[in-house]
Amino acid sequence: MLTNTLRLALREIRRNVLRSFLTILGIVIGVAAVIVMVTVGAGATAQVTEQIASLGSNLLMIRTGQRMGPGQTTAAPPFDMDDVEALGRDIPAVAAVAPSASQRLVAVYGNANWATMVTGVDNQFFIVRNWAVASGRRFLETELRAGKAVCVVGATIARELFGPQEPLDQLIRVGTFTCTVIGVLEAKGQSTFGSDQDDLVLVPLRTFQRRVAGNRDIGLIQVSVAEGRSTDKAKSDIEYLLRERRRITGSESDNFQVMDMKEITKMLTGTTRILTTLLGAVAAVSLLVGGIGIMNIMLVSVTERTREIGIRLAIGALEREVLLQFLVEAVVLSSFGGVIGILLALSASLGLSRLLQIPFVFNPGIMAVAFLFSAAVGIVFGFFPARKAARLDPIDALRHE
Amino acid sequence: MNAAAAVSPPAPPPLVALAAITKIYGTGTAAMRALRGIDLAIGRGEFVAVMGPSGSGKSTCMNILGCLDTPTAGGYRFLGVDVGSLDRNRRALLRRHYLGFVFQGFNLLNRTSALENVELPLIYRGMGRAERHRRAAAALAAVGLTGWEHHTPGELSGGQQQRVAIARAIVTEPALLLADEPTGNLDTARSIEIMELLTTFNRDRGLTIIMVTHEADMARYARRVVHFRDGLVDADERQGETD
Repeated sequence: MLTNTLRLALREIRRNVLRSFLTILGIVIGVAAVIVMVTVGAGATAQVTEQIASLGSNLLMIRTGQRMGPGQTTAAPPFDMDDVEALGRDIPAVAAVAPSASQRLVAVYGNANWATMVTGVDNQFFIVRNWAVASGRRFLETELRAGKAVCVVGATIARELFGPQEPLDQLIRVGTFTCTVIGVLEAKGQSTFGSDQDDLVLVPLRTFQRRVAGNRDIGLIQVSVAEGRSTDKAKSDIEYLLRERRRITGSESDNFQVMDMKEITKMLTGTTRILTTLLGAVAAVSLLVGGIGIMNIMLVSVTERTREIGIRLAIGALEREVLLQFLVEAVVLSSFGGVIGILLALSASLGLSRLLQIPFVFNPGIMAVAFLFSAAVGIVFGFFPARKAARLDPIDALRHE
Repeated sequence: MNAAAAVSPPAPPPLVALAAITKIYGTGTAAMRALRGIDLAIGRGEFVAVMGPSGSGKSTCMNILGCLDTPTAGGYRFLGVDVGSLDRNRRALLRRHYLGFVFQGFNLLNRTSALENVELPLIYRGMGRAERHRRAAAALAAVGLTGWEHHTPGELSGGQQQRVAIARAIVTEPALLLADEPTGNLDTARSIEIMELLTTFNRDRGLTIIMVTHEADMARYARRVVHFRDGLVDADERQGETD
């Protein structure tokens, strides 16, 4: 009986190919959106995780203010060099402390110019971030102390400004001052959603403070926790010390934030999450609309085939047999939508992951879920029309023109 | 049976028995009394023509006989079973196993081959594919449509379509065939063919047939004619060899 019902459903769908296709379009888009969202999201997360692993699991980032959401922080007083020294001196678990301050500026060499992040650092930066210089050298103590106009550039800067030329010992203009390139960082690669880690110019912190910022503020302190020491313990020690130094008492909330790997991951995947939520909403609406489309067409189909239903009932079809027939038809229809959606999503995900330069993570679980969900949409939205068909009065149905 | 009737032995239980059947549509002042007390018994092997002007209640009576409708009051026994006490699904099962229908408008499934149309009732009986094909082909052969199995109704003439419908009705070997104006949409030559076919099934297979018609020419093929008027049986006469 069920194979017959299935064959019947397939035949009905074949008889109205265009209509069937238009009917399932909503399901196709919904399923595709869900899968693309999950696949791209998983790829982005995988990449972020990989990046963070390259940072080392012992990194803590200390920022001023509290994060309110992606890209938003509350205003708070900055850190200064005394904070940095205190961290190194008073917290034994800390292996290295790297203060930094940055600002977006345009770097110019010859005719080429490139908007980049100019960051003032000291040599601790290279240790904490586990980042080597590919050619040239780090900063000298004298350069750091005197605030010399020297810089170490990221791989992207080397490529964009100098092309095939050798960057070392060339002069580039950064904002309002000119500095000599003394080193080029090794490439780290593209980060999630277009943020390029290699797109930066490092200058001595003091140089930055004098020539760019015009103050002695420190925006970010990166700390690496010594091997074998607890990151959590170090984190709470730092929080305690900074509360004291910043005179935050009792129940007052922190005006700074110490982020460990988990929180850094969360921060870096913030955009991804917004995107996935958005796509998720699109998917939900699309599946709903698709379901209504199926219900609509099934109602039309029931009306069109009233006479057929009458014949079947007169011949002795049970209510539930007619119900099943139309329900199976709706489910087959929506499942087709699911399958097409999956195929569409696979190609879209492949294309997107290539475009965004993130790994393509194949997830058979989500495909199965999406398929089952599309079938469920067929059951939910096919039930009402099917019941309508099953409850027809055979006499009226036979008389129907 | 005809010989038996002549010597009047104890009457065999009738196949269908209607007792004081009434059917009222609507309520209150709008109520329409379609049937006003029908008593009718039909035995196995009979070929009954039901005649009467439109509005006389013959179609309503057919719907009740076909277990498609239930009477407002009165008793309907089919093979001794009280149909009035059966629910919708049980009546559907009764139709499935004991009844065959032929309609004026043929009522075949469009865009579906003759063979598949005839197979339809067998599908609901849960019969296997091979057996279904065999039986449906045999039924089509019995109505003289061998070679037309794979034509759809659109490719068949009216007479041929009605033969397919008859094949669909008899393929299950029903206890009762109900034909509602089976020749109403056909010309005289085609009508005579259909009537001869029905007569053959009645004579050779002992198929019980109740047929509604308003053409006296067609009623002549039946061995018993029941006249309806204003929701009542007006006349009930046997003709032909039973006379």
